[in-house]
Amino acid sequence: MAESSELKRTPIAERHVQAGAKMVDFSGWYMPVNYKGIIEEHHTVRNNVGVFDLGHMGQLDVTGPDAEAFLQYVATNDVSKLSRGQAQYAMLLYPNGGVVDDIIVYRRPDDSGFFIVLNAANTQKDIDWFNEQKANRPEFDVNLDHSSDRTGMIAIQGPNAEQVMQKITDVDLSPVENFWSVYANVAGAPCMLGRTGYTGEDGFEVYSPIDKILEIWDALFDAGSDVGIQPIGLGARDTLRLEAKMALYGQELSPEITPLEARLGWAVKFDKGEFIGREALLKQKEEGLTRRLVGFKLVERGGTPRTHYEIQVDGKPVGEVTSGTRSPTLGENIGLGLVDTEYAGVGKPLDIIVRNKPVRAEQVRTPFYKRG
Amino acid sequence: MVEIKSDLKYTKSHEWIKVDGDSVTMGVSDFAQSELGDITYLELPEPGEAVTRNEPLGVIESVKAASDIYSPVTGEIVEANENVVDAPESVNSSPYDDAWLVKIKLSDPSQLDELMDSAAYEKFVEEEGGH
Repeated sequence: MAESSELKRTPIAERHVQAGAKMVDFSGWYMPVNYKGIIEEHHTVRNNVGVFDLGHMGQLDVTGPDAEAFLQYVATNDVSKLSRGQAQYAMLLYPNGGVVDDIIVYRRPDDSGFFIVLNAANTQKDIDWFNEQKANRPEFDVNLDHSSDRTGMIAIQGPNAEQVMQKITDVDLSPVENFWSVYANVAGAPCMLGRTGYTGEDGFEVYSPIDKILEIWDALFDAGSDVGIQPIGLGARDTLRLEAKMALYGQELSPEITPLEARLGWAVKFDKGEFIGREALLKQKEEGLTRRLVGFKLVERGGTPRTHYEIQVDGKPVGEVTSGTRSPTLGENIGLGLVDTEYAGVGKPLDIIVRNKPVRAEQVRTPFYKRG
Repeated sequence: MVEIKSDLKYTKSHEWIKVDGDSVTMGVSDFAQSELGDITYLELPEPGEAVTRNEPLGVIESVKAASDIYSPVTGEIVEANENVVDAPESVNSSPYDDAWLVKIKLSDPSQLDELMDSAAYEKFVEEEGGH
């Protein structure tokens, strides 16, 4: 493990250590990978409620008269469609159509501007990139305020998330729909709550002043003790998101993979007008995809698919695994991979090369898991 | 706390070895299973296969990653534990008992002298185990 003293710490880090978490270096942050065990934590979120420290993630406030127009230009989704408090998934693209990052954009509930959540590993790159676009297009009257250092973030996810969250929140959460947000006092602190997450379950992401986030963490555990609330590490965060087929930057998305190849075209709105990467994606669309993301499960024993494992058909390389795991919910070995288009299709076979041996897989519909 | 059994010998790659005449039984240590996390898959050699000291004899996979299992000695596989292949989670619950992995007939018993005893392994885990 890296020297823990050199790593950045969230205000909640000491709680993880006290709880006996296995701590790792995650993009320069001292973060919990698991507490009791990935599989148990995974089931806790699917069946009950779990809490994630997301203090490593980045935040950016975009305000000013041209905030909306600027975001229309830099992000793939149609920000103009967002009502007050509404959120959407979007990507930032390079001109060649490769992905800078994938983000969540909230229109602030009071319409004071937009609030953007960035991946931890990409935060500084994204901030530099936003500033570069602003400098390139001075006609946009926009303010960029990198607020990561002032913002605490945790997620509470699972079928019992609303019930627990409600106990320490002063507004009624039942009318808040998926991908909407509200301002509320949480454990006495002024927060924004989004009904969002990265697990495939119902739940909330809570954004607070950074000096209040530890109190909120503790209050959630008090409020959820009767149902058995548990802290959840980054290990289960990955297995949960993969079952729900949510992309992970660096695996399903990268500067070398376009949103169309990653099957995220639903978050790209060509009809809204100019945006960075639009021409490249239109060209790719017109010419047709040469590869695309597929979901598969192994249909024979031989291990678990892992990132970068080769995919073959009849002994010929046709792609690469982007993510794989043993699915705790399904009890099967599942994965996502980028595959040459002619071999992609639900029901078609693939061979995943595990330790130089082909293991037979079948392409399946995704998401692998959808909440009932 | 990590359990280290005093009647076993250990390797730097965190296998344990129990000596019984001219053969050994081996598995992975409690420290190894706790570092790996939930074990989901094992690949073990077949009886009759030759194994070489410090070379991989099998694979252990957790939710997070795949790792090699190294042979602590040179010799021939006498028996592999089929039960643990069918129930890999027993490596987490019972690393020293139910989840023994293979029995190996020794080619060179003097190789045992190079393994750590429990006191040396305990020191090794403290110093080099990462904590």
